[in-house]
Amino acid sequence: MSDSGSDCGDGPWVAYREREEWKDVSPVPQDDGPHPIVQIAYSEKFRDVYDYFRAIVAKKEISDRALDLTKDAAELNAANYTVWHYRRTIMKELKKDLKEELRYITQVITEHPKNYQVWHHRRVIVEWLGDPKEELEFTAKILRGDAKNYHAWQHRQWVIREFNLWDNELDYVNKLLVDDLRNNSAWNQRYFVINNTTGFNDDVVDREVSYTQDFIKKAPNNESAWNYLKGVLLDRELSTINDLMTNFMCTSLADEFDTIRSEYWNYVSRVLSNKYGQSTTPTTEQTVVS
Amino acid sequence: MGTPVKDVTIPDSALRSLILQKHCDYIASYGTKKDDYEYCITEYLRMSGMYWGLTVMDMMGQLDRMNKDEVIQFIQQCQHECGGIGASVGHDPHLLYTLSAVQILTLYDATDTINVDKVVDYVKNLQQDDGSFYGDKWGEVDTRFSFCAVACLALLKRLDAIDIEHAVEFVLTCMNFDGGFGCRPGSESHSGQIYCCVGMLAIVGQLHHINADLLGWWLCERQLPSGGLNGRPEKLPDVCYSWWVLASLKIIGKIHWIDKAKLTKFILACQDDETGGFADRPGDMVDPFHTLFGIAGLSLLGEDKIKPVNPVFCMPEEVIRGNGIQLELL
Repeated sequence: MSDSGSDCGDGPWVAYREREEWKDVSPVPQDDGPHPIVQIAYSEKFRDVYDYFRAIVAKKEISDRALDLTKDAAELNAANYTVWHYRRTIMKELKKDLKEELRYITQVITEHPKNYQVWHHRRVIVEWLGDPKEELEFTAKILRGDAKNYHAWQHRQWVIREFNLWDNELDYVNKLLVDDLRNNSAWNQRYFVINNTTGFNDDVVDREVSYTQDFIKKAPNNESAWNYLKGVLLDRELSTINDLMTNFMCTSLADEFDTIRSEYWNYVSRVLSNKYGQSTTPTTEQTVVS
Repeated sequence: MGTPVKDVTIPDSALRSLILQKHCDYIASYGTKKDDYEYCITEYLRMSGMYWGLTVMDMMGQLDRMNKDEVIQFIQQCQHECGGIGASVGHDPHLLYTLSAVQILTLYDATDTINVDKVVDYVKNLQQDDGSFYGDKWGEVDTRFSFCAVACLALLKRLDAIDIEHAVEFVLTCMNFDGGFGCRPGSESHSGQIYCCVGMLAIVGQLHHINADLLGWWLCERQLPSGGLNGRPEKLPDVCYSWWVLASLKIIGKIHWIDKAKLTKFILACQDDETGGFADRPGDMVDPFHTLFGIAGLSLLGEDKIKPVNPVFCMPEEVIRGNGIQLELL
C-alpha cells in the first residue's frame, strides 16, 4: 500500500499528533495565503504529516525522528523539493549512512521514476559517496521499464562522465538498438559516447554510416536513425545527391507520403533547386537540409 | 507495412469548436472545490499553478475575475531573504517559481511590490562559471534554468546583471546533432528543453546560432497523423508539447511547416465540454497547465477570440510590448 507511510507493512498508520514521541512539537498548519486559487483541500494524513514537517523546519530540528518524518512526507509527495532539501541537511549533519540512503532512494525511484527531485537526491548521495558502482546497473534497470526515461539517461550520462565509465557503453547502446531500433535515447547516447571518446574521425564516420545504414534498411521510416546519420554527416561532404532524383523525392513526399509536412518538403525542394538546379554533377558541401 | 505510429485517435464525438467561457469558469473556480485532493500534491508548484491560471485568464480576457491584491500578497509572502521566491509560503526559493512570480507580477504591472534588487541578486548568484544556472542552492543544472534566469531578468529589465555571453555559450554546448537541445551537454533533444533554449537565445538576441532548417525539421517531425505534436520521437502527442514545439517553430520562423488545421483539430479535441479546461490528450482529465498551453497554442494558430500570445514568454503579447520588450524572431 502506498498510503501507509514509511511504516509500510508494520501495522496501521498512527497520526503524528497522536504519537507520544512527538508531544513536544506543535504542528504548523499550511498558510496558503488568502487567494482561492491556492486553497487546498488536504487529506487528513497529508495534513498531519506536513503540519509536523513545517514544525521541524521552523524550529530547524536535526534529529532521527525528523529524518523519519521527511520519509513520510516524501512518500506522500515525492515531488516536494523542500522535503528532500531538508532531508539532505539532516543527513549531512548527522553523518548518516549513505549506502543505506542509496538503498532507500533506489526504492523511491523505482516507484517514482519520472520525478526530478528523487533523481537529484540520488545524484547528491552518489556524489557524497564518491562511488558509482551501482549506477550503471540501476539506470539500466529503470531503462528496461521505460527505455526513454529522460531522468535515467541524464543520471547515466552524469555518472559516465563524472567517473569515466565509457568503456562498455557502446556495447550497451548497441544492445538497446538491436532491441528497439527506434529508441531515440539510445541513438543520442551513441553520439554522446563517440563524441566524448574517439570523436568522429574518418574511420569512425565510415563505421557509423555503415552501422546506421543497416538499421535504416530494416526500417526506412525510422526518423531517429536518419537524424543520427544526418548528424554524423553534418560537417562532411555529401557528394552523391542527384538533384533530379531528390526533387522527385521531395515532391512525392509532399504530395503523397508525408503530406502533413508538405510545406517542409516543398521548401527542401526549392532549396535544392536553387543550389543544384544548374548542375548535373553537384558539388555539394552540405547536407540536404543544411 | 512499417511499425504502427504511436498516436491517438480523435473520437468522432470530440469538440470541434472553442468553448471559451467554460474554460474561464473552470479556471475561476479551480481550487474553490473543497474535495480537490489533487491540490495537496501540487502545493510544491503552487506559484507556477497560479501563473498558468492567471495567464490563461488574461489571454481569454477575464483576468479581472481573479483577486489581484490577494495574489500579490501571496507572492510577497513567498519571497525569501535571499531574494528568491518559493512555490508556496514556507517553501524553499527556486528559480522556477521566481520566474512564475515575476511573470504574474508583470501581468499585473506590479513588479514593484516585491524587492526587485534582491530577485536580481538571487538570479545572478545562481549563475556558474560555465555560464549555466543552478535552479536553487542545491546545484541542479538544467537549460530550463538558463531560460528562467534570462526571462526573469528581461521582464525586470535587468539582463545586464548576468554574464550573457557565458550563459549563451552554455546553452550552445547543449545543442545536439539533430539541431535540438537537451537539459545538459549531451542530453537528448527534448521539445520542452528546445523551447527553453530557443526562447533563451531569442531573449538575448542570439538566434543566429540556431540551424533553423535542421531544428525546424526535427520540430515538424513531432507532428503525428492525429495532428497533435509529441515531445520526442516515439512518444504520444500532448497539448503541452504542442505548445512547446509550436512556439519554438514560431520563434525560428518555421511555423508553416506543420499542418495547422490538423493541430487545431487536435487541441480542440482535448477540451472537456462538461468541466471546461484542456487535457493532455482527448478524453483525459483536464488541468490548468494543459489549459494554458491549449489556449496559448490556439492563439499562435491564429484563433481570434484569444489575445495574441508572445511565443517566448507565454504571456499576452500586449503585456510584453507594454513592457517595452522587443524580440527579434527568425
